[in-house]
Amino acid sequence: MQTMIEKEKWTDVIKPQRNWLDWRLGELWRARDLIMLFVWRDFVSVYKQTILGPLWYLIQPILTTLTFTVIFGQIAALPTDQLPDFIFYLSGSVIWAYFAECLNKTSMTFISNSSLFGKVYFPRLAVPISVLISNLIAFAIQFALFLLFVLYYWLVAGVVTPNWSVVLLPVYILMMAGLGLGFGVIVSALTTRYRDLQFLVRFGVQLVMYATPVIYPLSSIPEKYQFLIKANPMTSIVEGFRYSFLGSGTIEVWNLLYSFLFMLITLLIGILLFNRIEATFMDTV
Amino acid sequence: MTLSVSVENISKQYRLGVIGNRTLYEDINRWWAKVRGLPDPLEKIGEMDYGNRADGLIWALHDISFQLKQGEVLGVIGRNGAGKSTLLKILSKVTGPTTGQIKLKGRIASLLEVGTGFHPELTGRENIYLNGAILGMSRDEISKKFDEIISFSEVEKFVDTPVKRYSSGMYVRLAFAVAAHLDPEIMVVDEVLAVGDAAFQRKCLGKLSENAGEGRTVLFVSHNMAAINRLCSRAILLERGRLIDDGPATEVTAKYLSGAAEEDGTRSWTDNEAPGTDRVRLLGMSLYAEDGVPKSVFDVNDEIFIRLKYRVGVPNTTFRCALIFNTQGVIAFASVEPTETVRSEPGVYQSVVRVPAHLLAESEYSLNVSIFASAGAKQHYVNLRNALNFQVYDSMTKPSARGDYTQNLLGIVRPMLQWDISAKQSN
Repeated sequence: MQTMIEKEKWTDVIKPQRNWLDWRLGELWRARDLIMLFVWRDFVSVYKQTILGPLWYLIQPILTTLTFTVIFGQIAALPTDQLPDFIFYLSGSVIWAYFAECLNKTSMTFISNSSLFGKVYFPRLAVPISVLISNLIAFAIQFALFLLFVLYYWLVAGVVTPNWSVVLLPVYILMMAGLGLGFGVIVSALTTRYRDLQFLVRFGVQLVMYATPVIYPLSSIPEKYQFLIKANPMTSIVEGFRYSFLGSGTIEVWNLLYSFLFMLITLLIGILLFNRIEATFMDTV
Repeated sequence: MTLSVSVENISKQYRLGVIGNRTLYEDINRWWAKVRGLPDPLEKIGEMDYGNRADGLIWALHDISFQLKQGEVLGVIGRNGAGKSTLLKILSKVTGPTTGQIKLKGRIASLLEVGTGFHPELTGRENIYLNGAILGMSRDEISKKFDEIISFSEVEKFVDTPVKRYSSGMYVRLAFAVAAHLDPEIMVVDEVLAVGDAAFQRKCLGKLSENAGEGRTVLFVSHNMAAINRLCSRAILLERGRLIDDGPATEVTAKYLSGAAEEDGTRSWTDNEAPGTDRVRLLGMSLYAEDGVPKSVFDVNDEIFIRLKYRVGVPNTTFRCALIFNTQGVIAFASVEPTETVRSEPGVYQSVVRVPAHLLAESEYSLNVSIFASAGAKQHYVNLRNALNFQVYDSMTKPSARGDYTQNLLGIVRPMLQWDISAKQSN
C-alpha cells in the first residue's frame, strides 16, 4: 500500500502552513475570468436602480473640487502655484480619489467577503485585484473629465501647459495601484485580528491627504519642512501628475524612484502577510 | 483503482476565546493578565464541552486519516459538532489544517452552500457566470454549459430577471444547477440536497449518482441516513473530532443510529447560564416517548413528548412557549401554546407538548425554543436555536406510512393517510 501511494501523482497538497514564498500566482492567473467578473459585478451592480447611473462617477469629483475651491481656494485662500483654483483642485482630487478608493476598498477585503470566503475557495487576491481594476474604470472616467478641462485651460485660456512627461501617466497609476493594494492588503490582513483598524483606515486616509500636496502645492511648504512631505510616497506622484498635465509643480526623478521603491516594499510586505493569513483567517473572523 | 484523495493525520485546533471579534484593547487586556499571571479574562467556554479541550484549545478534528479511490462516494456522518463541517472546510481549502496534510488528484469543488456569491441585483444569466467563476469554472466552460444549466434549473423564462425577484425555490434551483454542472474530479457536498421541492431533490440526487457513475469522487455529508445509504458505498463516522468508524455505509449508519439512541435527549442549564431574562428563564428541556425515559431517537410510531421547564421570576408574567421544528434546512412547522397564560406566582413551571406519531418523517430534527409575549408590547424572553436535536427513523417493525414500501420516501412530514383503492369500475 505504502509504495503504491508514493507512486501517485498528486495535483494538489493541502498543508497546515503555506510557505512564505508560495504565492500561487499561477492559480491567480487561472482566476482571471473571475477577476474580470468581479470587476464587472462591482461596476454594474453599484449603479443599478440609481437614476443618474454612472454619471455619479463624474458628479463626485466635481462636487469635491467645488468644495475645495470654495473652502481652500476662496475662504482659506491657499496658494495654487498660479493655477486656476478649479483645475488645481480637480487634478488633486481625481488622482487622490483613485489611491484612496483602492486603499479603502482593499482594506475591507476579508471583512466584507467573509461569508463568501467562508464557503468556497478561490485565490483570495482576486478580490483586491478586481478592486484595483474597477477603480481604474472610475478613474478613467474621471480622468477623461479632467482632460477636457485641461484642454480648455490649455487651448482656450492658455494658463496650463502639459508637457511630454504625460507619458509617465501609466507609471503614476501603477504606483498608486501598488501603494493602494500594498497598504490595503496589509490592513485587511490585520483587520482579521483587530477590527479597530477598519475605522482607523478611512480616517487615516483622509488625514494623509492633508500630508500630501493635494490641496496645496509642494512649493508652498517652507524649504526646511519639505522633506517631511516628501517622505510621503504619494507626494511625488501627485506633484508629478500636476507637473505633467498642468505644467506647474515639481518632478524629481529621485523622489519618484523613492516612491517606486516604497511601493515595491509595501506591496511585498502586503502580499506576504495576505498570503500567510489567507489560509486560516476564517478561524479568526 | 487509483487513489483520488488521501487525508493524512489531519488535525484542526481552534483556540477558544479567539474565535469572534477581537479588538486591540482585548489583546492588550489579555497580555496584561498574562503578565500578572492571571487567567485569560476574555476566554469563552463553548456551550457544549466535548472533553477534548486542553488549555483553552479545542480539537475540532483529531488525527483523521482515510483514503478515497477514484469514483468512490463516501458518506460522512456524525452528530452536530463532531467535526464534519470542519473536515469539509479543510478539504475545500476554506480553512487550513493545524497539522497533517491532504493530497488531492484533480480539481475539487465544494457545494458547502449553494448560491454563494449570488448578487441580488444581477440577473439569472449574470449570476450563472459569476457563481460559476467563483466555483472555479472558466468563462468558456460556463458558456458551453449555459443552456444545460438553464434547463436543469427550470427558470428559462426568468433568466434575464434580477435574482432578487426570484422565489426562494427558483433561487435555490438556479444555484444548485450551476454547482451541479461543475466538472470537478472531486466533489464535496454538504446537505445541499435538502433544498427545493421533492421533484427537484430527486433530480439532484440523480445528478449526483450520475456524477459518481462518471468516476467522480464524492464526499457527501448528511444527517439523512437514508440518503447516505442510497448514495454511498462507504461511510465514515466522526465523533468529537475523531474518526471512529470507517466501512460499508449500511454498517456505519446503523452504528451511528444505535449510538445516537444512547444519548439522553435532555438538556438543562444552571441558574446563571439559563437562557432568558429575569422574568422567564429556560431551565431545561427533555424529549421522551410514552415510557417517560428521555431519549433522542424515536420510531415513527412513537408519540414524542417535549417538556420545557422554566423559571418565572416576576409575578403575573404573561407569555406563551413555542417550538420550531427544523429539518433538512427548512422549518418543518412551528407550534405555539394556544393561549398566553398568566403565571401569577414566581417559581418553576413546565409545559409539555405531544407530537403525534406518524407526523414527522425519517430525518434529524432540531428544535428552536422561544418564549414570548405578543399581546400588548411584544417581548421575547427566550429565543434559542438548536436547543435540542433528535432523530426519527422507521424501524419498519410496526405499521407506518411506508406500508411495505422500503425505498426512499420523500418529505419532511410523514402522515399515515388512508388510501381507498376502488374495485374495478369499468373497462
